[in-house]
Amino acid sequence: MLHSVSGTFLPGKTNLIIGASGTGKSVLLKCIVGLIQPDEGEVLYDGREFTTANRDLKTEIRREIGMLFQGGALFDSKNVEQNVMFPLDILTTLSKKEKLDRVNFVLERVGLANSNRLMPSELSGGMKKRVGIARAIVNNSRYLFCDEPNSGLDPQTAILIDSLIQEITREYNITTIVVTHDMNSVMEIGDYIMFIYKGRKLWEGNKETIGANNVAELQDFIYANNLMRALHGKE
Amino acid sequence: MFLGSLFVKREPLKTYIRLIFDEAVIIGVNSIVIVAIVSTFMGAVTAVQTAYNLVSPLIADYVISVIVRDMTILELAPTIIAIVFAGKVGSNIAGGLGTMRITEQIDALEVMGINSVSYLVLPKIIATLLVYPMLVIISGFLAIYGGYLAGIITGIITPTEYIYGIRADFNEFSVTFALIKSVVFAFLVSSISSFKGYYTQGGALEVGQASTSAVTNSVIAILTADYLLAQLLLD
Repeated sequence: MLHSVSGTFLPGKTNLIIGASGTGKSVLLKCIVGLIQPDEGEVLYDGREFTTANRDLKTEIRREIGMLFQGGALFDSKNVEQNVMFPLDILTTLSKKEKLDRVNFVLERVGLANSNRLMPSELSGGMKKRVGIARAIVNNSRYLFCDEPNSGLDPQTAILIDSLIQEITREYNITTIVVTHDMNSVMEIGDYIMFIYKGRKLWEGNKETIGANNVAELQDFIYANNLMRALHGKE
Repeated sequence: MFLGSLFVKREPLKTYIRLIFDEAVIIGVNSIVIVAIVSTFMGAVTAVQTAYNLVSPLIADYVISVIVRDMTILELAPTIIAIVFAGKVGSNIAGGLGTMRITEQIDALEVMGINSVSYLVLPKIIATLLVYPMLVIISGFLAIYGGYLAGIITGIITPTEYIYGIRADFNEFSVTFALIKSVVFAFLVSSISSFKGYYTQGGALEVGQASTSAVTNSVIAILTADYLLAQLLLD
């Protein structure tokens, strides 16, 4: 699926993995977070090798990771507060009050103050993503991974989620890696961009340099929609 | 491997105590009504059909309740209820875990550094091992009482004869045997259903298939174990 993909994500920045559907973006993300074991190669978290690490080191690194899944992956049987508090319940020894304060803080940060008692089934797509972000950062994660954070959202909500991810990345100095095929996200938040095509990395750069690339596959990807073609005079 | 991973890198014990209690309520308390209904009718039908087949005037009426008692304790309460239990609880476990798998909730646990097998499956198995024997005891009492009610209502046996038969030639090992079977069946249903649910791949259709497969495999395992235990312990 993936062939010799190599790259260094920028610490404290928003890093994007882009490419068309089925090119291996999500597989790459799952390899990085350890949900898929790659056949060969290594994944380094600030110099710590992850793929072949022993269980203790893997657990230690994973506890520094927050992840926003495509559908939110909220626990159906828990309400918003319980979902966000879950990592604190399992991974910390904070008191009930400290945990609640932290949960309320992150919920307020993602714009969902006073939504504590809502169940996942009562949330809109955008709200689920926000709760997912809140759960991902509640434990002061060092690394934030987002798998298609804009999928299924209307353009306005998608921009809000992008902005939220970028603000959180900057505010808390988190290293964020986002998998997306949304060109709006690329142009808004791409501090570092890696373009994947058929399992290979064909280009890397940032939102300022992406327009000047000379990779045909990337050009096709960027100018796939009429709006981008019109904006850049590619009609 | 699946069962082995239950005990690797577990979370703190207090986490499991709460989860086991929750699962015991879901698995045990929520099954009482169906177990009660099935057991009562099972005992009643056994009493009526036994009376129908005992046509010889040389056989005393109290034999009806002896047969109801022995059939209930040896076979009906532990085994037939296990099949009902597999249908209700087994499909619930497989469906729940399967849904968690396809909606990435299990991946979310793994990314947090939580041993998802241990966190999700171990409490279900322990809770089932704790509550199923209790359900079998309840079932035994209700089946015998169902036989009593049917006998009295239809007039096939007097209350005195029925109670005399229940006490006649009672072998205490029957109860031990029933409880051994109940523990084995509880383990089979919970572990097979958890395995089927945990490794679900695909979408909603596959979750349904996992539930069906969990019930089918559990029932086959129950009947096989039933025969083997009878051969081993009653020989």
